[in-house]
Order: sequence, then structure tokens, then C-alpha cells
Amino acid sequence: MSQVHIKTKINGDNIEFLCDPEETLLDILRDKLHLTGTKEGCGTGDCGACSITLDGKLVCSCLVLGAEADNSEISTIEGMSNGEKLHPLQQKFLDHAALQCGVCTPGILVAAKSLLEKNPDPTESEVRYWLAGNLCRCTGYDKIIKAVLDAAKEMRS
Amino acid sequence: MRYVAAKSAEEASNFLLQETGVSRVLAGGTDVLVQMKSGMIEPDLIVDIKKIPGIRNITELDGFFRIGAAVSGSEVKDHENINKMLPGVVEALDLIGSTQIQGRCTMVGNLCNASPAADSVPALVAVNAKVNIIGPQGERSCNVEEIPIAPGKTSLKKGEFIVSVDIPYRPEFSSDAYLRFTPRTEMDIAVVSASVAIEMSKEGICENAKVVLGAVAPTVKIVGDASKEIVGTKLDESSLKKMSLKCVEICEPISDKRGTVEFRTEVAGVLASRAAKIAYKRAGF
Amino acid sequence: MSPLDNTYEKQFKVIGTRPPRPDGIEKVTGKAQYGADLYVPDMLYAKILRSPHPHAKIISIDTSEAEKLDGVKAVVTSKDFSKFSDNKPSDTLVNCIAHEKALYDGHCVAAVAALSNTIAKSALKLINVEYEILPHVTDVDEAMKTDSPIVNKGYVLENVPKGFSENVTSYYEFGHGDLDNGFNNADLIVERTFKTEAAHQGYIEPHACLASMTPDGKADLWCCTQGHYNVRALCADIMGMESSQLRVTPSEIGGGFGGKTTIFIEPIALALSLKSGKPVKLVMTRDEVFKATGPTVSSSMDVKIGMTKDGVITAGEANLRYQGGAFPNGTVEMGAQSAFAAYDLKAVRTKGWNVLTNRPKQAAYRAPGAPQAIYAVESVVDELCQKLNLDPLEIRIKNAAKKGTKSSYGPTFDDIGLIATLEAAKKHPHYLAPLEENQGRGLSCGFWFNFGGDTCVTLNVNFDGTIGVTEGNPDIGGSRASISQMAAEELGISYDKVRTIIADTNSLGHNEVTDGSRVTFAVGLATIKAARAAIKEMCKRVSLIWGIDEDAVRWENGSAIPAGPNAGQFDPMSIEEIAAMSSQTGGPIAGHHEVNAEGAGVSFGVHLADVEVDKETGSTKVLRYTVFQDAGKAIHPSYVEGQMQGGAVQGIGWALNEEYIYGEDGRLQNAGFLDYRIPVASDLPMIEPVILEIPNPGHPYGVRGVGETSIVPPLAAINNAVSRATNIRFSELPLSPPKVLSSLKKEINDG
Repeated sequence: MSQVHIKTKINGDNIEFLCDPEETLLDILRDKLHLTGTKEGCGTGDCGACSITLDGKLVCSCLVLGAEADNSEISTIEGMSNGEKLHPLQQKFLDHAALQCGVCTPGILVAAKSLLEKNPDPTESEVRYWLAGNLCRCTGYDKIIKAVLDAAKEMRS
Repeated sequence: MRYVAAKSAEEASNFLLQETGVSRVLAGGTDVLVQMKSGMIEPDLIVDIKKIPGIRNITELDGFFRIGAAVSGSEVKDHENINKMLPGVVEALDLIGSTQIQGRCTMVGNLCNASPAADSVPALVAVNAKVNIIGPQGERSCNVEEIPIAPGKTSLKKGEFIVSVDIPYRPEFSSDAYLRFTPRTEMDIAVVSASVAIEMSKEGICENAKVVLGAVAPTVKIVGDASKEIVGTKLDESSLKKMSLKCVEICEPISDKRGTVEFRTEVAGVLASRAAKIAYKRAGF
Repeated sequence: MSPLDNTYEKQFKVIGTRPPRPDGIEKVTGKAQYGADLYVPDMLYAKILRSPHPHAKIISIDTSEAEKLDGVKAVVTSKDFSKFSDNKPSDTLVNCIAHEKALYDGHCVAAVAALSNTIAKSALKLINVEYEILPHVTDVDEAMKTDSPIVNKGYVLENVPKGFSENVTSYYEFGHGDLDNGFNNADLIVERTFKTEAAHQGYIEPHACLASMTPDGKADLWCCTQGHYNVRALCADIMGMESSQLRVTPSEIGGGFGGKTTIFIEPIALALSLKSGKPVKLVMTRDEVFKATGPTVSSSMDVKIGMTKDGVITAGEANLRYQGGAFPNGTVEMGAQSAFAAYDLKAVRTKGWNVLTNRPKQAAYRAPGAPQAIYAVESVVDELCQKLNLDPLEIRIKNAAKKGTKSSYGPTFDDIGLIATLEAAKKHPHYLAPLEENQGRGLSCGFWFNFGGDTCVTLNVNFDGTIGVTEGNPDIGGSRASISQMAAEELGISYDKVRTIIADTNSLGHNEVTDGSRVTFAVGLATIKAARAAIKEMCKRVSLIWGIDEDAVRWENGSAIPAGPNAGQFDPMSIEEIAAMSSQTGGPIAGHHEVNAEGAGVSFGVHLADVEVDKETGSTKVLRYTVFQDAGKAIHPSYVEGQMQGGAVQGIGWALNEEYIYGEDGRLQNAGFLDYRIPVASDLPMIEPVILEIPNPGHPYGVRGVGETSIVPPLAAINNAVSRATNIRFSELPLSPPKVLSSLKKEINDG
């Protein structure tokens, strides 16, 4: 079993790694690069905790092989804030108490950011459907939806 | 396990042909990686087809759309003309998994996974889609419904894989719709599904119809008798009711953790009737 | 505690505000470290081999091939745990690793530690286990029958009535009054049998730990848990260690809801670490979480209630049968206690039987035992109201438990907020909002005891006058914020001057698990007492500086001041000034408090649910949902609302779609988030929370626990709403579409 050499750009930095062919991008991010903000909730694409963007597309990193990521650009939760300045979504999540345990939060933030880039003025229903692949067991989603709508409003003004 | 990214369709076919162990084609990976994780399959070789030139393109050709095998669900959804002409196909694709899955999953993957519950398959069959296959014997094409032959099994031969899907343009006053039943609004596998494609006269009489059911048999069911009930009508309640009964009659589902025989049978008819109404409205009536 | 201690009638400055949580930025930037996020040098990765059989004798386990695999550093089986050879294995140990028998699908039989997850996974395939398959049982009613396969012998308690199989291990009975007389006085009696399936807590973070153990018997364990002191006690017992030698550090926790109050993998990681001489990380996969952690019980229940024409409940009776897997548990006792807690009854009787089956050992899940029993009772009350054409809310007010009510489980209630909560629901616009065709409105009360328990808090006054609070309860929903608020309130300083952290097991005395909705109550109480101790010490220091009696100094708004005109004329001394001088006045200042907290104060909630049922498919959509709950005093209202909304949605999931599905083969068929269907964002409306504040006399600020009550009412609220929307009374959860549709068809066919 020989390892594959992969070159990527992660959160703006050039990063290279070697991976086993069966390792997922999530395994690489966590076990090799120690970017542990991306969480594994299920490993089968059903919970969204491992959401990242790959070449600008929102994906579950548990359903991407590390080997597939060659020459790709990846963004994770670690790249969301700019230095000490939080992204408006991050700030609104704090303001609205939109997290309890917080383990689904990185994935939800990455997914919500991707929504607002595509649709800066989503309805409640659009937010709910976009985030349907991000399970949260603590909040009942109420405060999450409100935080996303509020962040969208702020980002539009 | 080995991973290779094929540079051409011929190369991919050759990799698949040469492999003596278990091989899998990788496009979106949303089925293959799940099966690997659960230990359902342990491939010796993964052939990534996404680097093949043109395989991620949607092209509008004379009389049909050609959708490359590695085009993701969200890319099809974002295509203006497909959206306009084939709303049922788009809504079927849109129901496969979450937004995250949409960014990766492909129609061809959905087809080759050969699940009786695949969302895009009834929709593609209803609009007479064909697939283009490359293999050791060169190219061939066939109807979508000829690919899955049993749950988890396709008619593709060793070394063959699908490179694209062709969907004919729809005539004026026609439309399609896809509905599935799931306990949740999202993130579920279809318990039962129905796709209806209709072509109407400008007076609003149905001239041609195709009714297709999913998850009521080992493979997709084309319900010819149901189509007959609505051709020549304005899709009034009594014709829809007859159509619905024909759907119920043809069902031969199983009971499993997702639904019972009775439920699937009953709801197949309900969904077909509702889908027909949506398609009728979409056709402009 | 004397009532004089209570300050809940004063004006609060910090309590009731909504400051940002101290761990917030770490959690929105991905920096927070959860169970699986720690990596240490020379660390190994572990994987567990699990039984595919629900019930099987383990004839032999051959690990030799796995041990030979390159990169494998240790393999363990039950042979590696000396408690088995001493014949003293605890249920917890037997649940962590099977010894002579595998007791359920997914029971751990062996484990491997290797250089990578990939190698560990390959090694599992090289372990050869020879099983002798035994007959199994997974259904509670089947397991009680005398001809049922016996799951686990030797557990039957003496008071269990005769006539059942050995799987029935314990029996409970509560109540008072003359039932026969009560039923004789009723104008209408409804009697029904209900069933609920097991639900899983469904936390998004799988169990994870990292263990490092040395041959001299010392160990460090990092894990996600609701209670690291309990982890230490259980692991120390299993490993034959002294508590002082095992330091457990809790990670951030990605949800628990009761499911992380015990251990499943920690002893395995410790044993692998001991054997390999290296740190070992062990993380469960999602299917392991479903198969081999602790879902809630499933139940089969008979409820009989009598009512007069004008809505007085004359008698209530409930017989509860709960299965909680292959080991005994007391959940049915709590079900039997809570079933009729919301009512003031002259005649009431509840009985409970605990039953063993070949399923995983149940763990706590939010108000364990109560949702099932109260679902059955509240469904029957609703049916009586419907049949007698009575307003279900009025009838609940009419029969409601109140201060002085002798509860159905024995104690007499003190101040409780049930009637106020019902009145709030009655006044809310939701209750009278119009409904359309195929829609129904359901109502249910809910109840939970709440707990206090062993608690330690240390509060340090730093030299700059800021405060460090050290507590020992993992924060599962923002408790560090509310603890800081209570410290700030008591000291009269601002919230941002306080930082609360959670200590490891060696830094603080024993703390009961984060359960029983106890943290804001008990840790809050200890924090207030610790702050009072620090204030006392600060006043003493100031009395030394001022040269007056200790009693002549009192505390106000973050400063020491003379207690009255006779004490002398002194400018107030602020906490900063006192702290700066503390080294000169006797040394650093701290307050601490250790207590077995009592007086938690029961909690009631009322939920209103509107649903629409698609009569052609049996599908239910929740249209509107309002939660009314008595919080005693809401310290941080946002997190109180969060508990109310989150619990409600878990209950909605349980009512509509969530269930453990076992095949004929006794294997779990839906061990994943695809087919174990927790609600997704698009399934739900906003969940409106209405907080009531009826102070709990047992807490200085009036706090009641709020975490658990909210999962209790949704089961009946949804069931009643669906029943009213369809005019069919349902009595089995979940109300999955095939079940609802089949009842609708039957109704049509029966005319």
C-alpha cells in the first residue's frame, strides 16, 4: 500500500501531505493536519459536522478521499475568521446563543457561509432546507435559523 | 487499495478491465465512500473519472442535453435550460441527500448504485433519457432503465462505465414532475416515488404520458397502463384516479425498515396522481 | 437552609441577562477541543471488534493473527481484565467487554491498538471468534413470558411477583387511596395499552477518549463525558486502581442528554494503553454509538383513568413494563413515580416491571422513564376530555397538583408552578388560534423531579480582584456562563470579571455527574455559597485594616463598607483593593463550598402542538409549537430557552420518527443517522419558549433545573394533536407514516 502525495491550498496556505488511498479528506484534516475544527459525527454524509468547501463547493469531507483533493482549494472553519475579527455568522451565533454543545457549530457555520455567498437574502424556509444536512441535537434549530437570518441581514447592509 | 485518476475514458476503461480484484468508479463518491466506510465493499482499485476531459460538462446538442458522468447534482440544478425544460428531473436530483451531497453526487452514480429507491432514475426514465457507455468494445448507448437489473446490480460489463447521459429536449406544452415519500422533509431515502412526464396539446389534452414508479419493485417500474388512462384526457380527477389504480396494481414492493408493502403500494398511487397534477400545471394549464 | 438565605425577591443585576458564553469563541472558530480532538506524541489508534449476534456464547477468541500484523501494538479481550478472573466483574465492565456471552448485537468482544486506524481496522478482521448462537429476545412483552430465552441470570429481586420469566428483575409500586371506589365514582373510564420504542440521545459527538496508563498503576484519561468523577470511579474499580491514581480530564462535550453519564470504551483504552505502553485513542463510529451505547428503554404500558362528567379525575392506574437491555436498571421506577405527578388525585396506583432483553444496556436519557409513562397518562386524559367534550386545558387546571398536594409517588409538593404554567398556556394566543381541516392541536403536561447531589466549587479572588471559579461539572449547554453570572451577582461585580473553568478529578472534590438538571441548581448554589465564604473572608480582612469588628463590615456592590453608623467612618474598599492587599492581610483569598445539595425543586412544563396530517400518506407536519415551563429563576434566559426548545424537538422526533428497529435476527437495522431519523431543520417550525419563574425555595435565587422536563410533554402533545386531527386515538410511538396510514385506512374500511 503506497501513499499518495497531494498538494492543496487550505485556508489560503499551500499544504502538502501523504495519504493512504482509502483515507478520507476528513481523516487527513484531523489526523494528519490536526485541523480538528472539522468534526466527524457519522462518517457517512448524514450529519454535516465535517462540512468544508472544496473548490468553493460545500461538501462533507468524510465523503471525499484525501487523494481526490490534489490541486484543490479547501476552506475549513479554521479559515473563517480574519485574525481577531469574527465572521458575522460567528458573531451572530454567539449573540443568539445558537449553540449549546457546539460540536455541530463549525459545520453549520461553513454551510451557512456557503448559503449566504449564493443567496444573500434567504427566507427562513431556504435556510432550513439548505441546512437540512447539518444535524443539531441540542438547539431544535430555532436559534440557529435566527442567527443565520440575522447575519444575512447584517451582511447585506 | 489503489487510487488512480484516469486521464481519458479509454484509460479508465482499461484500468477497470485490467483489475483482477474489486474495482469501483469514483465520481461524486457519495455512495462508494459510504459503502467503504460501512465495510460493505472493500475495493482493490478506485478509478477516479473526474479528471477525464469533458466529463464534468453539460452541453446542449441537437435535440438533447448531454450531461457528463461527473457533473454534480447542484451543477445540473444551476443549469437554466435544464431547469426550464426538465423540472421533474431537477427536483429528483435535488432530493438526493443534503446540500453537501448535492455538491458531489451525480446522476450516473445514482443510476449505477442500482438502488430501487434511487431518486433520479424514475425521473430520467420518464423523460426517455439514454446513457452513453465506454468499454473494451468501444462505445454503446442504451436506455436508462436497462442499466439497473437488480438491487445493487447493473448490466454494465467488465471494463464498461457510463460517460454521459442524454436527455431529449421536451416539446412545447410538456412537463414533468417527481415526488417521493420520506418520513422527514430531507435526508431520507425514498420509501416510494413516482415520476410523471406528459406532453400536452395546446388545448390541454394529454397526447403522451409516461408514468414511472420507484421503490415498488427491485428495479424501476414503467407503468404503461397508467399512462394510457391519462392520454386523451385533461387529467381530470376520474382519469387520475384510474391512473392511480393502475399504479397500485403493478406494485410489488417489499416490507422493510423504511416502509411496508401496503404503505408503498397505497402511496405509489397517491404520488403518481399528485405528480401528474404538478406536471399538468407546469405544462401551463 | 433557612429561607433567610434566599434573595430571589431582590433586584438582580447580572442574573437574567444574556452575556456571551466564555467558551463561545473557541466553539465558533473550531478551536474547542472535544473528545476526539486531542493528539499526543507516540499515540496509538484503537478499534473494537463487536459481536454480530444478539445472544451468543463465546467459545473462543483467537487473536494471534491480529497480533502478528505489522503495526499492531496490543490486542485485548476480557482475559485482560483481572476482575473477570477474580469473579467480581461489575455490570459496567461486562457491558464494556463481553466475557462468556455476547448479550446484544454490537457487544464488544475484543479490541486492537495500532499505529493507525487503517491498521487497527485490518487487524479486527484477523481476530477469530467462535460463537455458539443462543436464542434471543428483544421485545419487552415477549421477554416477560415464562418461555422466553433468559438473557442474563441471577438478577431477580425478591419482591418481583411470580408468573414471569427470569428476565423480570425488579418491581416497583407507588400510590395511595381506594382505586375501586375512585373508578366507581367515574362517569367515564378509559383504559388503553401503549407502546413506545427505544430512542437514542443522538448526540452528534461520538464517544471518544485518550488513555495513558503506566505499569505502576497510574493513569491519565481524557474523554467526553457528563461526569468525569463517575468515569474515574467506574474505571478505577474495573482496572483495580485507587482513585487518586487515575486523573480524568473532561474534554468539551458534544452533547450527552444522559447518554454520557456512564462509560463504554474508557476501560478498553486504559487496558490497551497498559498493554502497549503507549497512549491510546479510541473513538466510536456512529454505528457503534447506536449499537453499543445506552439508548433509552422501550415500553409497554396499560393506563386506566376515570373521570366525572364535569372533569374530575376520580382514579388513575398505570402498569409499566420497561426493557432497558441486558442488565437491570431502575428507569421504570422513575416512570412509575412520575406518571401521575401532574395531578392531585385521591386514588392512584402505579406499578413498574423492569425487563431484560438482548439489547444494549440503557443509559439515562433526559428525564429517564418519565416521557413514556406521562405520554400514556396524558393521552388517556386527553381522550377522556375529548369524549366528555371538555376543554383539555381547563381539566388539567382543575385536577392540577399544587402546593400541599400529596404527590402520587409520596412526597407533598412545596411551591410548584404547574397551575401558573397551565394558566400561561391558556392565555397564550396559540391556544385559541384557528385550525384548518386535517389539523389538530395537542396538549400535554410534563414533569421531572430534578436532582441536586454532591458538588464542590472553589472560588479564587485573584490579586487583581478578578474571580476564578473552579467547578467539576462538564458544561453541556452553557453552564459556565450561568455559573459566572451567579458568582458575579453574589460578589456584586461585572460578569466579565469572572472566569469559570471545569477542573479535572484531582483538582476538586467529588462532583455528581452533569445529570438530573442539577448543574445550574447545585453548582450554582455551591458557587453562591463559595462567593459568600469569600465575601466573609474579605470582610474579615477589611475589618483588620480598619481595626473594627468583623461583624461591623458588610458587603455591598462589590465593596466592603461599614455595617452601620456605629461601625465608624470608612470609605468603601473595593474587591480590587482588598485583593491587592490580600498578601499583606493574611494571604490569598478564596471561598469554597462542598455540599450534597438538596431542595432541587420539581419542574413542570406544558406544551402545545399543532400538526397537520396528510390523510393520503399518513405523514405528520408540525405547524406550530409552544413550550411553557417553570424555570424557577432563569439565570441566562437564552440557555433556558435553548433547553426548552431542544428538549421539545427531541420529543417531537421520538413521537414521529425515531425508533430502534430490530430484525427477526435480533440485529439493529438502523444504526445510522440516515434511518434513525432525528429531526432536521426543514422538518420544524420555530419553537416558541415561554419561561415562567416560580422561585424554588431550595435555591438562593430560586433556580429549578430546566434541562429535562422539556422532553416529557412532546410525546403526548404530538400524539394528542395527531389523534385529534384524524379523530383516531393512537397508542403506539413513533407515529410513523405507515402506522398512521394503516390506521386511517382501517378507519375508512370499518366505516
